Amino acid sequence: MLVDWFTVGAQTLNFLILVWLLKRFLYRPILDAIDSREKKIAATLAGADMKKAEALEERDDYVRKNAEFEQQRAVLMQDSIEEAKKQGQTLMDEARKLADALSEKRRSALQQEQQAIRADISRMTREEVFAISRKVLSDLAGIELEARMVEVFTKKLASLDEPLKTFTDAFTHNHTLKISHDSVLVRSTFELTAEQKGAIQEILHKLVSDANKPSDFSIRFETTQALISGIEMIANGRKIVWSINDYVDTLEKSVSALWTDAPDAKMSTHTMDAVSGSQVPGSQLSGSQISEKSVADNPIAGKSE
Amino acid sequence: MHMSPDEIIFWQLGFIKLNATIVYTWGLMLLLSVSSIWITRKLSGEIERSRWQNLLEIIVTAITQQIEDVGLHHPKKYIGFLGTLFLFVAIASLCTILPGYEAPTGSLSTTAALALCVFVAVPLFGIQEQGLAGYLKSYLSPTIIMLPFNLISEVSRTLALAVRLFGNMMSGAMIMGILLAITPFVFPVVMTALGLLTGMVQAYIFFILATVYIAAATRTGKAQPLQSQH
Repeated sequence: MLVDWFTVGAQTLNFLILVWLLKRFLYRPILDAIDSREKKIAATLAGADMKKAEALEERDDYVRKNAEFEQQRAVLMQDSIEEAKKQGQTLMDEARKLADALSEKRRSALQQEQQAIRADISRMTREEVFAISRKVLSDLAGIELEARMVEVFTKKLASLDEPLKTFTDAFTHNHTLKISHDSVLVRSTFELTAEQKGAIQEILHKLVSDANKPSDFSIRFETTQALISGIEMIANGRKIVWSINDYVDTLEKSVSALWTDAPDAKMSTHTMDAVSGSQVPGSQLSGSQISEKSVADNPIAGKSE
Repeated sequence: MHMSPDEIIFWQLGFIKLNATIVYTWGLMLLLSVSSIWITRKLSGEIERSRWQNLLEIIVTAITQQIEDVGLHHPKKYIGFLGTLFLFVAIASLCTILPGYEAPTGSLSTTAALALCVFVAVPLFGIQEQGLAGYLKSYLSPTIIMLPFNLISEVSRTLALAVRLFGNMMSGAMIMGILLAITPFVFPVVMTALGLLTGMVQAYIFFILATVYIAAATRTGKAQPLQSQH
């Protein structure tokens, strides 16, 4: 008998038990693990899809923002370039103005310096010329020339009215002033002879008496090298001069006056303070050989006008 | 020479006896259960998993896929029964490479027991799916005239299941025994390899036929395709 019914029953039972065992220990755990993994994979894929969607959204956002940023950057760059150009132009203008001002200042300073140098050279030349002139004239001066000059002096004194009047007024200009014995000083380069002194005294007394002035004054004679050659008479702050030195002085003052006036007339831009001078009193009298001046430091007259 | 492992009796007490079929069946049950418990003790639900777990998953998913391919749309419901049928028959055949081993499926008692289980399971699943009336009505389709033929078919296919598996497994063992007596070298190895293939094919046939029977029994009035919905 090929079929043993007990064995059939036992095997049926065995098979059913095996079904339960494998269901419990094999299929269920394995299928659960597979399900769990599939759920996790599905969740992961869903998460990945969500992240992908977010990433795409963020990328779009980024692209949009980037475009906006690029646009803003371009606008800002353009503005900056224009602003820089304006600023550069402003700075360039200011620099040009400063450079012009500096150049003008330098040119002015140079002109002033040139003018000062020219003035110095001119002044030195003038001084040298007159110093040489004085030296030459001083060397040429002599007794005879002096005598001739005294003679001319006395003649001029007698012939000229205006300076003489001014001179005689000096005796009465100040009423409180008492004319002393040495109130009239006559200075010459060389010692005057007695005739010359007498002629001078005579003509002075005559002039004063003609002018109705008190004539109780004395005359004092002195010699001085400052006149080079000539004679001068000083009374009460006034003096009448007839000398080569006076010629030279007058000429020097005239040249100085020319120097002062001429550059001023030519130079329209700047003043020439370095060579500016004042009008020299007595220069108007340069035409006449006898000039009348006020003497500030006159030892005879204690006070000047 | 034994025609069946039933004839090898280790212990007997009257009607009750402990033959080789039962003992080797227990051995197979022990092997399947212990290996399942051992492999599934540390199952991983993550992407990373052990090789043994991977092997079991391949086997289980392949069985599930086959069940679904036949037309059962809820394979998890049937995998306990159908999967165990396949695994038991397949492992029983595979173990024939072990010396001294007698495949329990080489016993008509075992194959009859399995066929009886299928014979009982088919109407149970059918009734569960369609209800008693619905299932019984299936015997009258397509016409009432077919009722006797359907009933004969039900019995004959169960008998065929049992005899087919028994015949194949028993013949394999018989041929092996005869060849060992005639040509003890080389040729039996080839035949053993062929026997393994035959055993696997028989396991698949037994499993797929049982699945088809259950699928036919659980199918409702409307015809459903046998193809799985991938």
